[in-house]
Amino acid sequence: MKETSKTVFLARDTYRERRTMDAARLLPVFGLMVLFLPLFWTGAGEQAQSVSRGTIYLFSAWMLLIILAALLSRRLGRVLPQEEATEEKD
Amino acid sequence: MSFNLLVAVCVAYVAFLFLIAFVAERRAHAGHIGWLRSPLVYTLSLSIYCTAWTFYGAVGYAARSGLEFLTIYLGPTLVMVGWWWIVRKLVRIGKTQRITSIADLISSRYGKSNTLGVLVTLLAVLASTPYIALQLQSVTLSFAVFAGEQQSEGWLVGDLNAAALWIAVGLALFTVLFGTRNLDANERHHGVVSAIAVEAIVKLVALLAVGIFVVWSLADGPVDILTKIDAAALPAWSPNSGRWIGITFVSAAAFLCLPRMFQVMVVENADERHVAVASWAFPLYLFLMSLFVMPIAVVGLDLLPEGSNPDLFVLTIPLTLEKNGLAMLSFLGGFSSATSMVIVAAIALSTMVSNHIVMPLWLSFSGRGGAAVSGDVRQIVLFSRRISIAGVLALGYAYYRISGGGEALAAIGLISFSGVAQVLPAMLGGIFWRGATKTGAAAGLITGFLVWGYCLFLPSFEGSFLLSQNVLMHGPWGIGWLRPEALFGIEGVDPLVHAVMWSMFLNAVVFCLGSLLSFPAPLERLQGAQFVHVYEYSKGAKGWRGGLAETEDLLIMAQRILGGTQAQALFQRAAEAQGKQGYLPDPSPDFLERLERELSGSVGGATAHAMIGQIVGGASVSVEDLMAVADETAQIMEYSSQLEAKSAELGVTARQLQVANAKLTELSIQKDAFLSQISHELRTPMTSIRAFSEILRDGDGVALVDQQRYSGIIHDEAMRLTRLLDDLLDLSVLEAGRVVLHKQKGDLRQVLDQALAATQSTGRADAIRIKRHRDQESIALYTDTDRLSQVFINLITNAQKYCDAAQPVLHIDVQRQGNTVDIVFADNGTGIPEKSQNLIFEKFSRLTDQTAAGGAGLGLAICREIMANLEGSIDYLPGQGGAAFRVRLPLT
Repeated sequence: MKETSKTVFLARDTYRERRTMDAARLLPVFGLMVLFLPLFWTGAGEQAQSVSRGTIYLFSAWMLLIILAALLSRRLGRVLPQEEATEEKD
Repeated sequence: MSFNLLVAVCVAYVAFLFLIAFVAERRAHAGHIGWLRSPLVYTLSLSIYCTAWTFYGAVGYAARSGLEFLTIYLGPTLVMVGWWWIVRKLVRIGKTQRITSIADLISSRYGKSNTLGVLVTLLAVLASTPYIALQLQSVTLSFAVFAGEQQSEGWLVGDLNAAALWIAVGLALFTVLFGTRNLDANERHHGVVSAIAVEAIVKLVALLAVGIFVVWSLADGPVDILTKIDAAALPAWSPNSGRWIGITFVSAAAFLCLPRMFQVMVVENADERHVAVASWAFPLYLFLMSLFVMPIAVVGLDLLPEGSNPDLFVLTIPLTLEKNGLAMLSFLGGFSSATSMVIVAAIALSTMVSNHIVMPLWLSFSGRGGAAVSGDVRQIVLFSRRISIAGVLALGYAYYRISGGGEALAAIGLISFSGVAQVLPAMLGGIFWRGATKTGAAAGLITGFLVWGYCLFLPSFEGSFLLSQNVLMHGPWGIGWLRPEALFGIEGVDPLVHAVMWSMFLNAVVFCLGSLLSFPAPLERLQGAQFVHVYEYSKGAKGWRGGLAETEDLLIMAQRILGGTQAQALFQRAAEAQGKQGYLPDPSPDFLERLERELSGSVGGATAHAMIGQIVGGASVSVEDLMAVADETAQIMEYSSQLEAKSAELGVTARQLQVANAKLTELSIQKDAFLSQISHELRTPMTSIRAFSEILRDGDGVALVDQQRYSGIIHDEAMRLTRLLDDLLDLSVLEAGRVVLHKQKGDLRQVLDQALAATQSTGRADAIRIKRHRDQESIALYTDTDRLSQVFINLITNAQKYCDAAQPVLHIDVQRQGNTVDIVFADNGTGIPEKSQNLIFEKFSRLTDQTAAGGAGLGLAICREIMANLEGSIDYLPGQGGAAFRVRLPLT
């Protein structure tokens, strides 16, 4: 039997940390796209979007961003004091 | 509700804020920082972004333009959510460089240039003044609303102005009291921040209360509100992409560049981890602040008569419905929004004005050696800050009076935002691009500032200030493509978007071009590297050469700025760190940098640099200085590597000495052993000689035969002594290498023959049988043949003496191997036990106590010395069936 489930990469924690930093960098880009999406909802007459739907969409997207930021900051807040010198080199 | 009650509540609230600020200052002074510096307080202090303009104005904005009001909050949300990019870096730079304001940041980054500091300060003051006026207006308006409820005719203009004046004076007092208490901006304003945090809670609670009242009391819950929103007389869902993107961008940029935001976000930050929490908590705050804006707007439009000011819906809805408590809360929320903004803005602006305009002016007016002449700098700095605070508020009040407090102010929020946003290219370029230069930054700032002023700020007066109506309509001197709101003939764009686009575009282009084409000064390059790579080195820039400054002058200056106790403590610590007693450390570059950083916390980077420069001499770093520093470093490195080599050398010598010492000890032991052995060897024959000679002397009746026998013994023993002494002499000569060799040509066979002849002459009965291969022995030698034959004789006699076989046989084999010849003497005895094989060549080593051997045990030792002198060797050859010795001799 092959031991396929065994982990090959040992520094998993560091790897996760770095990817969390990447996620933190990508989050504003994601937010920008999500929040500017309604700009493309152009329709006239019958197909025009209602203001209430726009309101619901924008506030939901906003909440999603807040939740994602909270999740990321919990993880990043932990590594912040140690991270100082080594980061920014990748 | 009586107006007097309102005033009373308002005064009580202000007193409460004073108390909070006072208690917080006391706690901080006593060292109980605790909750004063928690992530929550940091997040709440960021909420000064939400001013009265958002508290009242957001509802008005929503009533006029629908969902677009959200963009004002979405910009900061994106900035905070993306804190890992910019905010984190700004906070780190702010900490390492002890930045005191946004102007200080720009000035420090571009080589501590005061020109840039002045430029940013002017821009910030110009852009903030209308904004402060707006806050004064909103508070006075809200007062007026209450007053209007009481007196049917409402307030007169004069009353409004008086109220505005009193508010301005009160705010100035509060700010001076708690904002200029301590000088070092990095010590932070605990009192102010705590008061702001409380105000942040009050305004959030107030807005939420009004919102909940509107949604669940006036309407039938969220679903009803949503239908009302669709039905309301709001603009339909058709977002203007240009404005949407433009305002989001401007609000994001302003969030980073507004002096008051920079103050709470960077300068007042105590811990980087607070930013991590604020990254989601502050967007959440904004989310809650804007959640009920739309409902309040639509219900207000529904409820209140046509033509009532939507900007005041938050206040007028509860008032109309006689909900006095709610109205009061709402009023306090608006009051909090306005006052907290004004207080922090005044602190931030006064720091900038005092550090970048007043202090440099004072320095240059006070003449040569300004920092060292009489006059208490500390007092001057504090005084200039207080004057600046009063000045900023006076400017705001003046603007309010001049503009007449009309509707025109409503648009001023975004105009102000886009004004301070002009700092963005220089700031972002400064922290991410090492190539950004002072020239580029200054040119970009000026360009952006001019375009903004021409396209947005001046047109906002609608022809009443500097630009006439005619210029607005047809362009200066009738040149159409220079019309302020349609530059280069691009018409039909929203004026705000138009101005933001052109100003930011031209600003960025000029900034980049200026940076690409100019060449930075050395200090600029140093600072650039420090800022861009702040995570790699979290240390201040190197810049001072030591040895030139008089420490006492520095202490005098520092005392004037930091205050006596603090400065003395600083100097004493530095002296201790240098291992000195007293208050005067050496003016080393490290110390000067540290001092500069401390001072820059009080008077700003550029001023601190200039002040130390006046005392130290070289006011700026030149390339020569940098090279000198580099030289010094190289020298130190070389010196240390020399030291390292020396210490390694010493280590080697010590080890050698150790080895030598061990050898000497060993030799000394050997010598002792040798002496005792010698005495023993000498005493045995001496004893018998003495005994027999005594018999001969005293014994008269000794027979002649006996006499002969005894004298024979004496003779033999004397011979033995002589032999022993000869051997010893021989050995010592050989060991010392002083032996004289008589090298001559010879033949190995002849040498062997000679040796055998010498040994067989003794003619013993049990003579050993010798087996030779004479045909192999004919090898020509050039050596001391006498000495060689001595070795052979020794080996053959040894075989004769010790071979214990019944029929002893000695094989003598000669083998030529390249340049050497091996002569092996092997007998058929029992050989030498393995443990003794190492000992047999030592002096006096005799394996058995066979007196028959009769030797002193020096033979093999002598053989070894002889062979060493002949450049050959002699070894015991194990595994030959008996004792076997191999003599190896070089052939030359």
